[in-house]
Amino acid sequence: MLALDRLGKIYPNGVNALARFSAEIRLGEIAAVIGGSGCGKSTLLRAIAGLDRATSGTVTLDDIAISAPHAKIGIIFQEPRLLPWLSVADNIGFGVSDLPASIRREKVARALSRVGLADKANAWPRELSGGQAQRVAIARALVPQPEVLLLDEPFSALDAFTRRDLQDHLLDLWADTRPTLVMVTHDVDEAVVLADRVLVMRPRPGRLFDEITINLARPRDRNSPHFDNFKRRVLTALDRSLDRSVPDRDAKSTAGEAMWW
Amino acid sequence: MAMTVELPALEQADAIAPRSAPTARLRRYARPALGLLLPVGLALIWELIVWFGWSSGRLVPPPSKLFATIVELARGGELTRHVAATLTRVVAGFGLGVVAGTVLGAISGYWGLARRLLDPTVQALRAIPSIAWVPLFILWLGIFETSKVALIAVGVFFPVYLGVMGAILSVDRKIVEVGRIFRLSGPAMIRRILLPAVLPAYVVALRVGLGLGWMFVVAAEFMGASEGLGYLLIDGQQLGKPAQILAAIVIFAILGKTTDWLIEIASAPLLRWQDAFGGHGGGH
Repeated sequence: MLALDRLGKIYPNGVNALARFSAEIRLGEIAAVIGGSGCGKSTLLRAIAGLDRATSGTVTLDDIAISAPHAKIGIIFQEPRLLPWLSVADNIGFGVSDLPASIRREKVARALSRVGLADKANAWPRELSGGQAQRVAIARALVPQPEVLLLDEPFSALDAFTRRDLQDHLLDLWADTRPTLVMVTHDVDEAVVLADRVLVMRPRPGRLFDEITINLARPRDRNSPHFDNFKRRVLTALDRSLDRSVPDRDAKSTAGEAMWW
Repeated sequence: MAMTVELPALEQADAIAPRSAPTARLRRYARPALGLLLPVGLALIWELIVWFGWSSGRLVPPPSKLFATIVELARGGELTRHVAATLTRVVAGFGLGVVAGTVLGAISGYWGLARRLLDPTVQALRAIPSIAWVPLFILWLGIFETSKVALIAVGVFFPVYLGVMGAILSVDRKIVEVGRIFRLSGPAMIRRILLPAVLPAYVVALRVGLGLGWMFVVAAEFMGASEGLGYLLIDGQQLGKPAQILAAIVIFAILGKTTDWLIEIASAPLLRWQDAFGGHGGGH
């Protein structure tokens, strides 16, 4: 289990980016963190990844305190961040370079065919389209078999069609080993299609505002009325999070419940 | 690879009329040949002007005289001696300059404290025209090889230092973060992220440094040498032998281009991933 306990982050310039953020995310759960810009979503994710330490509070994964990048935690960024001097195959194998070459090759080959890029093994990253490059980034993050995979707006730079394609593909890959996914997004559709639980944040300082559990069976039909219902609930929560007159944590999501059920 | 660089022009040509493969090959070689047209044409015209006796060609010898001079120098074994002397100086000076520039540039690029300590001094020294060091170097190091090599090394040092420091400073923080996520140790981070990331800029810095090395070897050989291509230049001036001066200039051009090409060839396999480095397409 990934436990976030009263995480806070104050940057050296005095900006209070994150305050008392607590959440517990079960193994294999998909959690989407959503919120207006500047609400501390990325700060939160970087603290979980161990890239930027929180100034207060703790991140623990299976009772191990996380304060630096950890082997059990992988991350996918908004940009693919492939190493341009390595072939696609070498990029995917980048995180498992300590394994014997034969095992590494086998893992890389499996990952390549799993993301549908077996024919691109020897291509250079610059020869890939945006969607292909992000697939390589996903494969690179998954090859070391992390227990937790963090995603920082992973599909926001892609066109709508590619984005949908990759969302479905991500779920497909997730089903292989069922890691915990924590995904930051500003796309309500994406949050509802992927997540078991949507965490809505509000800005200045970034803090948890609301939680919405999406108990829809997968695969989810983007056109079903249930799907629309959840989308509207998330949107309402988002709107309320930006409304300064609404107090924090107003009797946890009952407002949304009353309105839509 | 060269195709990638010149794609727009090729596309344009294709749009006008579909070309067969032999024509395409012809076009590939025609392009550099076009660049040769002007110098070769001018040389031919000058050769003809002297041939017909419209000019004596005493101060500007025709190409045939130039080649005769080079052949004559080569036959006596003199050319080898001069070329060897100049090459030795360039290689020694270039080597020293590259080592010093790389080490100090890497230190300045990697550690902020070292940069704040070191860089202002280096920048101040850089503002001094390097030739201004000549009298001091001669006083300190004597008139012979040491002062010459030192001057060349100074010329090579600055572009390499600046290139390495700038390249390290401009390494994409996002790529470094990928290294952190996969928990690379310090040495692994340098080997697997920093070195490949700075390599393209480093090769450019080496090539600029080499160019300056060739420039400074001439200056160094002007300050009293008894052999070397620079000596041939001075000797030709003092004895009124323009053909010898031009011969030395031509050999300088050939050596400069060849050594530059050697760096390009040596680095090409490491830079295959780059868009701009396609065969002879990049860097000119």
